Amino acid sequence: MKKLIILLLLTLSFGAIANEEIELQSANIDLSNNESLQRGAKHFVTYCLGCHSAKHIRYLRIAIDVGADPQKVLKDIAPEGASIYDQLHSAMNKHDAEKWFGTQPPDLSLIARSRGADWLYSYLKSYYIDPTKPLGVNNLVFKDTAMPNPLWQLQGEQHAEQRKTIYGEYTKLVIEEPGTLSEKDFDLFVNDLVNFLVYVGEPVQLERQRLGKYVILFLLVFLVIAYLLKKEYWQDVH
Amino acid sequence: MKPTRLNACGDWVLDRFPVSKFWNEHMAHYYAPKNFNFWYFFGSLALLVLVNQIITGILLTMNYKPDAKLAFDSIEYIMRDVPWGWLVRYMHSTGASAFFIVIYLHMFRGIMYGSFKHPRELIWIFGMLLFVALMAEAFMGYLLPWGQMSYWGAQVIISLFSAIPVIGDDLSLWIRGDYVIADATLNRFFAFHVIAVPLVLVMLVFMHIVALHEVGSNNPDGIEIKESKDPWGHPVDGIPFHPYYTVKDIVGVAVFLLFFATVIFYMPEMGGYFLEHANFIPADPMKTPEHIAPVWYFTPFYSVLRAIPDKFAGVIAMGGSIVVLFLLPWLDRCPVKSIRYRGGIFKKALFLFVVSFIALGYLGTQPVTPVATILARLFTTIYFGFFLLMPIYTRWEKTKPVPKSLTKDHSLEEQLHAIEEQLPALIEEITELKPVATEIGHPAFKSSFFNRRPNPVGIKNVATRLAKKLIESLD
Repeated sequence: MKKLIILLLLTLSFGAIANEEIELQSANIDLSNNESLQRGAKHFVTYCLGCHSAKHIRYLRIAIDVGADPQKVLKDIAPEGASIYDQLHSAMNKHDAEKWFGTQPPDLSLIARSRGADWLYSYLKSYYIDPTKPLGVNNLVFKDTAMPNPLWQLQGEQHAEQRKTIYGEYTKLVIEEPGTLSEKDFDLFVNDLVNFLVYVGEPVQLERQRLGKYVILFLLVFLVIAYLLKKEYWQDVH
Repeated sequence: MKPTRLNACGDWVLDRFPVSKFWNEHMAHYYAPKNFNFWYFFGSLALLVLVNQIITGILLTMNYKPDAKLAFDSIEYIMRDVPWGWLVRYMHSTGASAFFIVIYLHMFRGIMYGSFKHPRELIWIFGMLLFVALMAEAFMGYLLPWGQMSYWGAQVIISLFSAIPVIGDDLSLWIRGDYVIADATLNRFFAFHVIAVPLVLVMLVFMHIVALHEVGSNNPDGIEIKESKDPWGHPVDGIPFHPYYTVKDIVGVAVFLLFFATVIFYMPEMGGYFLEHANFIPADPMKTPEHIAPVWYFTPFYSVLRAIPDKFAGVIAMGGSIVVLFLLPWLDRCPVKSIRYRGGIFKKALFLFVVSFIALGYLGTQPVTPVATILARLFTTIYFGFFLLMPIYTRWEKTKPVPKSLTKDHSLEEQLHAIEEQLPALIEEITELKPVATEIGHPAFKSSFFNRRPNPVGIKNVATRLAKKLIESLD
């Protein structure tokens, strides 16, 4: 019996060896940080909305959820001519997009739920110059991505360098031509953007967690009462 | 009590409709064994989850659009714009996984205490039919969100039918209603998911319970309580289901809902197991995801399918892994029902079965690698071995004598009390006095606790004793 258990544990541990992937950097997600969300919304409209829509959310919902005045959202965040009741539609024509990039840029409403915040954060930071590609850039996290780097002016141009350590080879990205933002400011910029995308993925998240406390508290009280009732009934069962 | 108009109305109905007879037969005068333990909560919990699925399901259909162009967006509409839609949808998606957790535990209970044996074979058969209907229900429901994993999961599973010789291709075409999964498939799956299969489920639940109440419930001791009755004809070891088990099941419901609510409010995706990440991408027939995995509750059977090199043989094996469960009442030749009085060989076999089921489930979520395939084959062999070798090994079993009436189970409080009594002696054993008592100012540090340190010899003794007890319990 003992041998059997050990054998099983051993075989399972072999199966558990994960396949290697690029290590992702972790984004600092805080949905209660309204300023970060407002900045993220602004970044999204400025840098993403040109090609990508986020059709499952409206400007008004954003205004309410990030605690901003709807008029201010319309003036500062939404593009010219948008109505507060509009969804975040992109102005780009689908057929043009297919001609230019070979594929339609996906809607980003749920991108944070399918890819995860860390993936998005790392992806947006991992572009590097690759002259062999049609767009002149490649990405460490998403190889041969069809998206050009929308943030290159801010981040600057990165080059990939192969480095060797005793653990093996890895690729390091080095900024060769600095952009308009410092490295720290750029990290914050991407983080705000990803924070906003996480919010857009499920706008009800904070509300859900807030309600959860009361539901669980109620159930705990209910459990105590139910248990006492059961004890009362069962005291004469021997 | 003075007869009132309301009572008169009640009597009028009761004279014409046997409500009280039904209530008495199935609740107030239905005698259940006294010694139901933890494992007996899952039947009533399964019923609770079924009701949850039906109610939330009805609410979801009010806003869901079964149309390949609209389905995905209508789900997001429910999640964002429909008041409380997110809660209803999470209750339904979490409920699906909860259903399988509850049902797997319910089935395990049946295997462990021999609830499938004479005279309860038919209850087990109805239960297995329920399980198959539930799998069909879950499979078709999973297509409805029309995400990538919905689409490709259905594509993979339905293409399995094409492995059947001669009629395979036509059969899978007939099931899909198109050459690939498409709008026609979505519509018919919707019809099956919201009405056809639920009707079958409810009917089977009814038959499952009627069959159970005809022969009476089994219990952790595996003895028939109907064999010893008191002068009034009630089983000595039985108590009326209502109120005793209704109040007890309410406690189970409260504990279950605590877990259920925690998942709904704090981790509705359950790390990608309850709601898969790839399913947040709309279905795209032109893009196959790199890794297609069914939802967790199908993965043990999916692993069996992948473990077999030949596609058709794999389909047969996967079907076989469910069919063998139906045969369980006739495979097990041991006259003793409960694991408490069965031989060590059955305990070991059951342990191996549980390990292989969980391992197959895990492997089914992972991409195929050569090592994983070898492991899946090993565990598939164990899985089938548990059932197919059963007629042989259950004959050898050295069973223990089964008592005539129920043994007393220690309640949780008694167990806690016993532990409390043993604790000082245990602490005494696993710690030893420090050679020099440290003099630290605060009086709290002068208590006996801080004057002691862990004793490796004592810990080793206790650990060996525990391990020995564990091994003994298996024989």
